[in-house]
Amino acid sequence: MDEYQLVVTGERIIEPESGYSGPGTVYIKDDSFFKVERERPSEKQLKELANLTRLIDATGLIVGPGLIDMHVHLREPGREDEETILTGAEAAAAGGFTSICCMPNTTPPLDNYGIINFVVERARSAKVRVYPIGAITQGQKGEIITEIGDLVEAGAVAISDDGYPVMNSGVMRNAMEYARMFDIPIISHPEDLGLVGSGVANEGFNSTRFGLSGIPGIAEEVMVARDIMISEFTRCALHLAHLSTAGSISLVKEAKSRKVAVSCEVTPHHFTLTDDLLESYDSNLRVNPPIRTKGDVEAVKEGLKDGIVDVIASDHAPHSQEEKEVEFQAAPCGMIGLETTVGLVVTELVEKGIIDWMEFFKKLSLNPATILKLQGGRLQVNAPADLTIIDPKKRWVVDPKRFKSKSRNSPFIGRRLKGKAKYTVVAGKVVFEAES
Amino acid sequence: MESDKLIQVMDEVAVARTITRIAHQIIERNGGVEDMVIIGVRTRGAILAERLASEIERIERVALPIGVMDITLYRDDVQNKLEQPLVQKTEILFQVADKIVILVDDVLFTGRTARAALDAIIDFGRPRSIQFAVLIDRGHRELPIRADYIGKSLSTTLEEKVVVKIKEEDGIDGVLLGGR
Amino acid sequence: MRLKSRHLLGLEGVSRQDIELIFNTAVTFKEILSRDIPKVPTLRGLTIANLFYEPSTRTRFSFELAEKRLSADTVSFSTNSSSVQKGETLKDTVQNIEAMKVDMVVIRHQAAGAPHFLARCCNTKVINAGDGAHEHPTQALLDLFTVWEKYKKIDGLRVVIVGDIKYSRVARSDIWGFKTMGAEVAICGPTTLLPYEVERMGVEVYTRLETALEGRDIVIVLRIQAERQQAGLLPTIREYVNRFCLTPRHLAALKENFTIMHPGPINRGVEISPEVADGPYSVILSQVTNGVAIRMAVLYLLSGGRLPNSRRKAKAS
Repeated sequence: MDEYQLVVTGERIIEPESGYSGPGTVYIKDDSFFKVERERPSEKQLKELANLTRLIDATGLIVGPGLIDMHVHLREPGREDEETILTGAEAAAAGGFTSICCMPNTTPPLDNYGIINFVVERARSAKVRVYPIGAITQGQKGEIITEIGDLVEAGAVAISDDGYPVMNSGVMRNAMEYARMFDIPIISHPEDLGLVGSGVANEGFNSTRFGLSGIPGIAEEVMVARDIMISEFTRCALHLAHLSTAGSISLVKEAKSRKVAVSCEVTPHHFTLTDDLLESYDSNLRVNPPIRTKGDVEAVKEGLKDGIVDVIASDHAPHSQEEKEVEFQAAPCGMIGLETTVGLVVTELVEKGIIDWMEFFKKLSLNPATILKLQGGRLQVNAPADLTIIDPKKRWVVDPKRFKSKSRNSPFIGRRLKGKAKYTVVAGKVVFEAES
Repeated sequence: MESDKLIQVMDEVAVARTITRIAHQIIERNGGVEDMVIIGVRTRGAILAERLASEIERIERVALPIGVMDITLYRDDVQNKLEQPLVQKTEILFQVADKIVILVDDVLFTGRTARAALDAIIDFGRPRSIQFAVLIDRGHRELPIRADYIGKSLSTTLEEKVVVKIKEEDGIDGVLLGGR
Repeated sequence: MRLKSRHLLGLEGVSRQDIELIFNTAVTFKEILSRDIPKVPTLRGLTIANLFYEPSTRTRFSFELAEKRLSADTVSFSTNSSSVQKGETLKDTVQNIEAMKVDMVVIRHQAAGAPHFLARCCNTKVINAGDGAHEHPTQALLDLFTVWEKYKKIDGLRVVIVGDIKYSRVARSDIWGFKTMGAEVAICGPTTLLPYEVERMGVEVYTRLETALEGRDIVIVLRIQAERQQAGLLPTIREYVNRFCLTPRHLAALKENFTIMHPGPINRGVEISPEVADGPYSVILSQVTNGVAIRMAVLYLLSGGRLPNSRRKAKAS
């Protein structure tokens, strides 16, 4: 019998590319999948395997390709007090992610070869794969495009000015046109700053009630529309980050029907939280784009259900306690999400029948891999041996003391969730195993 | 009803006689009613004050100014209560400075209400004197306070209840004592 | 008697019974204010901190006077928001309040929700004296009380609030308060100064002053700040004056025995002409007197519930 690094067998193996869902066994050798079988070994074989190699019997669990979070902020370099590449990777592993893509809005930003290279080097000792996303413009100032060729060479998997929009449409057009040469997607942070003004919360009845200055949905939608148009004109692949409104979803739906090369993502907080919660003025609810209305949440869920939304990403955005423990309008935007995403997706989408497990692994693994042309996302021979094994019945309460992330800014603290990663496997190595 | 366990210590006639006696004592002690005003503590003290005033008017043919006082804001336990007592209006529509103030209440017990009432009166001005009239003195003082005119002294235990009933408020006049 | 909440953060959701309780209590305090010694010992030993992160004279004076009339011990802090670093100070203040064993905090802040932040973080009662564009409950209570005293009721009165509704905390508190007490409320202002979906607060919305005033009993005029013009929400102040300034020619449209109110400070000649502001139907000055009585009532009603034990500990330390 061959020697394997790890063997995982279960009643429910999900392979999202082929659409297979059923019993199976995955044999891992030398960091990659050696054999993927659609059946479980006999009891006798299992015993033999267990003697020779590490064997995970995933009975009652769900096995799929390693999850990929294509939108996180790791704060390194610049704010290592809030998160580092290593702590972010640790949080990712605990949350079931085998790969994460870090956004360029660090200090300094990821806008040149050297600094992308720094991230890649740092990531070598990280628990999970970390892929940098390079900036669109130098210094993320929205004026002059970066040396995208260099960034790609250094390891950037996409280009984005996330955290800031590219306000000048001419600059965005140039960036997309130029990026097409490298076959790399542009990730748009769709936000029109003129329409945002001094806004801090979704503009609606609730912003009126709570006296918070409003960010209208159109601040996002005009940029979604603009970037779809520029993408269509330049034929550059466009990925729209953190969509939050019904209007944005319908713009993407319309663009897809015309076969524009557009994909999009939503975050767990935009399909779970509504702006009614702002009654508490809890600064952990301050996020960009803001949490929206019930109608928007429904539209986002609808988009997830009918496949308009390709990806679920956490937009993990760590902030220090000191910076968050202030008045709502003075707090920085963002919340952490790497360790709550799986629980929220299972509880709010899978359990409620909005998506099934196949879609779960598409939106959290296969689709981001396809958009970013990463090797993961598939349980196929010779593919990198990244696996996420989920306990779909695990009930747990979000406890900040257990966060691996350096930050604690989550509005989900205390929330009861169902579903949690049991094992996270990167390159055939178990990097996280939940306590039972 | 509570009245099953309570025994009557004063009836309507006794209450009326007592008020008449106190009226006489006040007049006698002050040699008349010049510069005199009457202030009753809400709720039953205020009614007794009115009766006392009309007795004095019957005897002396002088109508004294009558005021009503709510002592809630002068209580010493206000901040300890979860529910704030409802504040009622204080109506003292005359000067108390240099007057003889007859303060009237139904029962003198711990003395805390009287203490609050004294403070309240002094905030209205500086009276020449304050004299205190009560229908019942049941003892158990917690402060060095005494009454100048007492309708009836009752020796009670702390557990016992003294219930003063006044027609305007309760339909009948009388004083009941009881409890354990 | 007791208010439903241990804080007064806003009038949204405050019941009619609670507002009536505050009114009835304020009547008593108004009488106290007319005495030779307009002071009662009720809140002796209670410590109240007045934290004003935004310039304010009348609200601060009114609160301080109310506290002194109730014999509370007070500490006051006021600062211009621009001189303090954002955020930091409020957290620092929270810690100081805890350390000083303050029983009650009155806070004015430019950030909506700042009083809620205090209420959540410290073990003290919080009274909102105006937070950003959110609420200014005691101002609305004194407006309501002033109207209630004059008309002996609020039910059925027709009220219109004119001006910068979007950025006005007074407007929000007045809308909730007058609606709860049974008045019919309308608002009127330029569309750029009307907040989103404001009609869902249950008000009629007008953009023409003449129409908005028809058959109204009460007109509440709000202050127009020059910043609004600078922010591009108004083309010029001149155009605002032409369309929205309340002048004597407008008054004929109002009901008999109408009332003009203004939370102050007034920009005479901008939102209201001097003749109207100083006219006989204006209750602007009795609003000021009532302010103290209302604030005493609120302080008194929220002051209960302190444990004697913790009190003793506080004294010892």
